[in-house]
Amino acid sequence: MSQALTANGLLGLDSGLCLRTGPRRIVPVDFTEARDSDSPDQRRAAWMAAAQAGDRRAYEKLLADSVALIRAAARRQGVAPDHLDDVVQETLITVHRVRHTYDPARSYDAWLTAIASRRAIDALRSRGRRDSREVHDEYAFDSHADEGDASSATESDERAQRLRDAIAELPPGQREAIEQLGLRERSLSEAAELTGRNTGALKVNLHRALKALRERFHGEP
Amino acid sequence: MSELRPHEALIDRLGTELVPVRRLLPPWLRTAGWLLTVVAIAALLVMHYGIQPMRLRWAATPDLAWAGLGAVATAISGAWAAFTLGVPGRSRAWAWLPLPAAVLWIGASGLGCLRTWIAPGTEVAGLHQSADCLLFIISFSVPLSALLVILLRRACPLRPVRTAVLIGLASAAASASLLEICHAYDSAATDLLTHAAAVAFVVAVNAAMGGRLLSKA
Repeated sequence: MSQALTANGLLGLDSGLCLRTGPRRIVPVDFTEARDSDSPDQRRAAWMAAAQAGDRRAYEKLLADSVALIRAAARRQGVAPDHLDDVVQETLITVHRVRHTYDPARSYDAWLTAIASRRAIDALRSRGRRDSREVHDEYAFDSHADEGDASSATESDERAQRLRDAIAELPPGQREAIEQLGLRERSLSEAAELTGRNTGALKVNLHRALKALRERFHGEP
Repeated sequence: MSELRPHEALIDRLGTELVPVRRLLPPWLRTAGWLLTVVAIAALLVMHYGIQPMRLRWAATPDLAWAGLGAVATAISGAWAAFTLGVPGRSRAWAWLPLPAAVLWIGASGLGCLRTWIAPGTEVAGLHQSADCLLFIISFSVPLSALLVILLRRACPLRPVRTAVLIGLASAAASASLLEICHAYDSAATDLLTHAAAVAFVVAVNAAMGGRLLSKA
């Protein structure tokens, strides 16, 4: 079973073969002892197997090691450089949630790349939806040409700065809610995963943050 | 490692939340678990109706026996493909696994269309009886699909709609196989049409609803 121990050789085999190898697979005592002869993929496979058993040190090494792979997969799908970090975050959260689906007899890189590619496509789709709602530049210039002069641009910059300052002064819980749900347009469940708060608390905080901002800018209760 | 810095906090938080997990069983074993439910239902039906009527009918019309075999194979391969696609990184070619079995199932059933010309003496289902078949396939497909959806929500189907279509195909094929046990009539054009309608309905509902159910997983 030395092959199964290091996940050598079994990579890429179909589950027809799992019939023979699957139930007898043995979990090594210490997966973090990656050997020089192991390829990076095998090393990560070993770390993930250890993480499935609860080894935090191996897990953090694995996630740090995965960031570059996720970025590469997202770039291949055509994600713009300034959105790569969003895809990395989404993918890391998904990896955490579905880590039990990884089979140490198979390639970790293939498993991770499949998840990262999917999250990249999701990100591109949600960006596409957002962009399609925005008005085309030429059309905006024709119908609102007078609004784009220098003084109004400065004014809108100032307004944005005032809003940023106001958000920065909110209590941490409210600031977190408005950053995640309002500015980054994450869903409630995604924001809950990222912040570690429950969705109810996030909703309450968002509501309070919006109320505080409204009071500050318009003086309405 | 500047590309790592923005994610250090998240990695640290995920690390603190780490608990040991029970690994997902291999797809073939999960398929076997689902098939066990189908076999249990089949056993109950055989106890109630007996095996003799099915054997007599199959002996008289071998094409129906082939169709039944095709339906069983479609149920097995469809469920296996769905469970395999529930694991990230597996080849998308798995989605085609049930195709040969489905061709056998649909092709052999299609011969039933010619039944009235091939063997004019056999008893042919009327519209009322065909409606019973429709109801049978749909009412067995619902719990079988639901079971597959529940089992697959524990996995990670990255292509939810494709997986949902496979769930629909597997559960409709399993229901059609079960129907063979207590089917009192030979296939005719009307009968085949209702079967096809039932299968299409189950696949479509799964694609529309199951996709959404699975994507939340």
